[in-house]
Amino acid sequence: MYQAIVFLPLVGFLVVGLFGRALGARASELITTSLLFVSAFFAWIVFFRTAFGGHEGTVELFTWIASGNLDVKWALKVDTLTAVMLILVTTVSSLVHLYSMGYMHEDPSRPRFFAYLSLFTFAMLMLVTSDNLVQLFFGWEGVGLASYLLIGFWYDKPSACAAAMKAFIVNRVGDFGFALGIFAVFYMTGSVSFEAVFAAAPSLADKSLHFLGHEWSAPTIICLLLFVGAMGKSAQLGLHTWLPDAMEGPTPVSALIHAATMVTAGVFMVARLSPLFELSQTALNVVLFVGASTAFFAATIGCVQNDIKRVIAYSTCSQLGYMFVALGTGAYSVGVFHLLTHGFFKALLFLSAGSVIHAMHHEQDMRHMGGLWRKIPFTYATMMIGGLALTGFPFTAGYFSKDAIIETAFASHSPFSTYAWTLTVVAAALTSFYTWRQMFMTFHGHPHDHHHYDHAHESPLTMLIPLGVLSVGAVFAGMILYPYFVGHDVEHFFREAIFMGTDNKILEEIHHIPGWAKWAPTVMMALGFVVAYWMYILKPSVPKALARQNDLLYRFLLNKWYFDELYDVLFVRSAKWLGTFLWKEGDGRVIDGYGPNGVSARVLDVTDRVVRLQTGYLYHYAFVMLVGVAALITWFMFGGAH
Amino acid sequence: MYDWPILSVVTFLPLVGALLIVLMIRGDDEVAKRNARWVALWATLVTFVISLLLLFGFDPSNTDFQFVEHRTWLGDAAAYRMGVDGISLPFVILTTFLMPICILTSWESIQHRVKEYMICFLVLETLMVGTFSALDLLLFYFFFEGGLIPMFLIIGIWGGKRRIYATFKFFLYTLAGSVLMMLAIMAMYWQAGTTDVTVLLKHSFPTGMQTWLWLAFFASFAVKMPMWPVHTWLPDAHVEAPTAGSVILAGILLKMGGYGLLRFSLPMFPDASAYFAPLVFTLSVVAIIYTSLVAMMQEDIKKLIAYSSVAHMGYVTMGIFTLTQEGIQGAVFQMVSHGFVASALFLCVGVIYDRMHTREIAAYGGLVNRMPIYATIFLILTMANVGLPGTSGFVGEFLTLMSTFGRNNWVTFFATTGVILSAAYALWLYRRVVFGPLEKDSLKSILDVNRRELVCLVPLVVLTILFGVWPGPILDACNVAVGAIVARADVAAGAVKAASLVLP
Repeated sequence: MYQAIVFLPLVGFLVVGLFGRALGARASELITTSLLFVSAFFAWIVFFRTAFGGHEGTVELFTWIASGNLDVKWALKVDTLTAVMLILVTTVSSLVHLYSMGYMHEDPSRPRFFAYLSLFTFAMLMLVTSDNLVQLFFGWEGVGLASYLLIGFWYDKPSACAAAMKAFIVNRVGDFGFALGIFAVFYMTGSVSFEAVFAAAPSLADKSLHFLGHEWSAPTIICLLLFVGAMGKSAQLGLHTWLPDAMEGPTPVSALIHAATMVTAGVFMVARLSPLFELSQTALNVVLFVGASTAFFAATIGCVQNDIKRVIAYSTCSQLGYMFVALGTGAYSVGVFHLLTHGFFKALLFLSAGSVIHAMHHEQDMRHMGGLWRKIPFTYATMMIGGLALTGFPFTAGYFSKDAIIETAFASHSPFSTYAWTLTVVAAALTSFYTWRQMFMTFHGHPHDHHHYDHAHESPLTMLIPLGVLSVGAVFAGMILYPYFVGHDVEHFFREAIFMGTDNKILEEIHHIPGWAKWAPTVMMALGFVVAYWMYILKPSVPKALARQNDLLYRFLLNKWYFDELYDVLFVRSAKWLGTFLWKEGDGRVIDGYGPNGVSARVLDVTDRVVRLQTGYLYHYAFVMLVGVAALITWFMFGGAH
Repeated sequence: MYDWPILSVVTFLPLVGALLIVLMIRGDDEVAKRNARWVALWATLVTFVISLLLLFGFDPSNTDFQFVEHRTWLGDAAAYRMGVDGISLPFVILTTFLMPICILTSWESIQHRVKEYMICFLVLETLMVGTFSALDLLLFYFFFEGGLIPMFLIIGIWGGKRRIYATFKFFLYTLAGSVLMMLAIMAMYWQAGTTDVTVLLKHSFPTGMQTWLWLAFFASFAVKMPMWPVHTWLPDAHVEAPTAGSVILAGILLKMGGYGLLRFSLPMFPDASAYFAPLVFTLSVVAIIYTSLVAMMQEDIKKLIAYSSVAHMGYVTMGIFTLTQEGIQGAVFQMVSHGFVASALFLCVGVIYDRMHTREIAAYGGLVNRMPIYATIFLILTMANVGLPGTSGFVGEFLTLMSTFGRNNWVTFFATTGVILSAAYALWLYRRVVFGPLEKDSLKSILDVNRRELVCLVPLVVLTILFGVWPGPILDACNVAVGAIVARADVAAGAVKAASLVLP
């Protein structure tokens, strides 16, 4: 069963990737999509059997790398944490496959698109089912490859190619840390398999590791290095720059990869490695700090973006920050809870946005939209549901998971507790603001572009069905699953999949926080709505006036805190300059200048005019060699007889 | 294993092919050209098939050399001794495997002096297989240095515009190295009284002498690898060489350096190897970062791949000198993998060079629009070049990097930046050549890979993925032989430690 879930998408990829052209677009779509639905069906069975039936297990496939003490196997490990990821990945992926049949129907390269989607799904499933760090890394880079291919799917667009490259390279910066983390784990424990590493973890607690001239506590440096990987994949502050650009890819890709699944891999990784992170309060503090900062930072930018997809992209970045806040407080299950609910409602939001874009004939600028709710009521309804869930409207999915995170930040004993709580609460208001701003600009008010407006049409059924299914998830997932991720059944539900130290009582403590702290996020959500309503419905002139009054701040936000410009100077330009310098000066002037060219210039002066290659240097060489061999032979025969 | 001298047959069969061409084929017309090509192809194919028998007969758990042959030559001193172990066998197979591909890839692109070209390649194959299976220092030296002559001719006669400069550079560098190695061989014979490698492997040279011998061998091998800062001959040689020349250069000749270090330097001079390891680490790390940065800024596709080869060889030297099982096995694997990946990348360059007659990156762009199969193959190889897990490029990089962590994690830290830099140069190249709109008029009628080119590329691509997912065959083959080297290094390290304990 495990094999079927993981390898059916691979089969789809191989069949369509190799024979897609011969099969034709329709057959390619049907093959990949139906295989994915079968995979999703099995995933749900496995989920129920694992999470509620207690059937965990690992299937070893065959040895991957065995050398010295290292023994890495291809294996499929399923416990509750994996099972949760399995249903999320396969469900969203199969719905996105279905949706793409409608969304991409005009594209000439559909077989390629569906092959990539299936490849991505396979890599993601390998990631979540790995039972060791190296296979995790395989999935990690595999999803990165798929993401690269899908962002650059429309390779004729220079911006898409640039975004694809940027995504891969920035992720590689994260992987740099991840790889070092794996090396450190292997060095300290002699293994990379989760079972062995976690068994050895308690003994690491008081060990230290000398790394880069500094004496570190072993768990701290290991966790920090691994967390760098998580930061790259999950677009946390500093390594987030690739995610907004990734919106160059087709919208279904944004929904699947850059919202629901791949970007949450970092969260999954930290949750999976909870036995290590539990050993290092320092590492957890860093996670908390980075998460809270990202949640706030990305939300501020989301408030001023005009591209409908970029708003959601920054929102994703911000929500990932929330998840890390939960992890940083030690409430791993709460982070995974938000991962799951967010996966559903954010995929819903993206796909709804895709439906809007589809209706508007690939117009993405919200300033050209407006009043669309009359034209595309179903999309309006689903986007509303997604938006409500995102803002944390009572009893929707986000209400349960996001508010729980803010509560963990409040209850935490970390030195960054207040910082995290304040920022996440403010970010909650910002989230509500940008979500409603987006809703109002897109669906309400007056149409700004009558040509597009008049031609706007509701999407086909293949696109509406996934929206409907995800809406159900966005409404009910939180309500149903709350007890298993936050409430009293957590231990029963996750068992050994998530490890919490004996002092870690965070899940207990969040139930005892004061009432005002509990209600703060909901109040903030209402506040965000009111402000957005005032600015975009009642007084539409306010946003422009505000932007003009606070020009500096507005531009700072619009330009995304100038991260791209800063990185361009710091890394891109300087690397290019250094490369050229080393090439022209290092190789050219110094090494060649003093080495072969210096010598050869002298020799060439004499010989160049006299001999040509075939008669010249070759004979020199052969001559030298022959003399050498002759000398050796002579010496062996006569001198060697000592 | 077999009652006939299989290694000698594999080694000299190509030479027989060359002789056939010399004796049988007269004239310079189309028929003669075609016959020369077919003879060369059959000679290399038969050699490859016979070399596969080595695989079936090889016992990976045996610690001794296998398929050993021994004939006296030059009295007692030097003899004709051949044999392979788990380190040399992969390279023998790699050589015989790449050779038919080289012949095929030259099928149409070489039109003048076809006969001589094929003779060069066949002689080269004999010398390369001989290098990897010689078990006598003198014999090794003969094959090792002799291999340069055909290579020299290939670049010098069938090369590009600046071929004279390139061959000259190649010549100067290798000459310097080989003279030193020759002196070292004489000194070893003088000290140990034999040139038999199997005996020398068990011989202990005095520590002081080891230092000098190590340096002399290192000079020769470092040039071959090539290591920074003696690498500048490689980009020029690659740029000027015909495609098949580049394939051999990247696929096999570069591996001779690493092979030499493993066969001679490490086991014969263990004390010196341990002593000089920090130097090698430094050079390797510099190579990885420096050449990656330089690769990024290249304007010529072949030069870019050549520089990336230098960076990848940096992982090899680094892995070898960790003197650990994981590091050395990783290095062997990285060499074999690079043999596939770099060769295939050069073949890819050859494909578009044959069509457009330029290697300038700026002359391309948007190839994916007309060449989807090419784009796919090039993508897989690019990913292997950046070390994506699931391709063979990952395994070697991962093992070598991991093994350095216990030695010195500064080395690991700096060398691991290679994963970022390699992504930068490789993807940037891919974007400029393959992605983008097809705007240049000259490219509007370019054709996708033909069947002959597919026959060359597909086996390499398949192996790249196969060994990426299942590296077992190569790792298992060299496991025991590497274990022996590590054991010897450990003994030496123990002796050094004991000595330092005695001395206050």
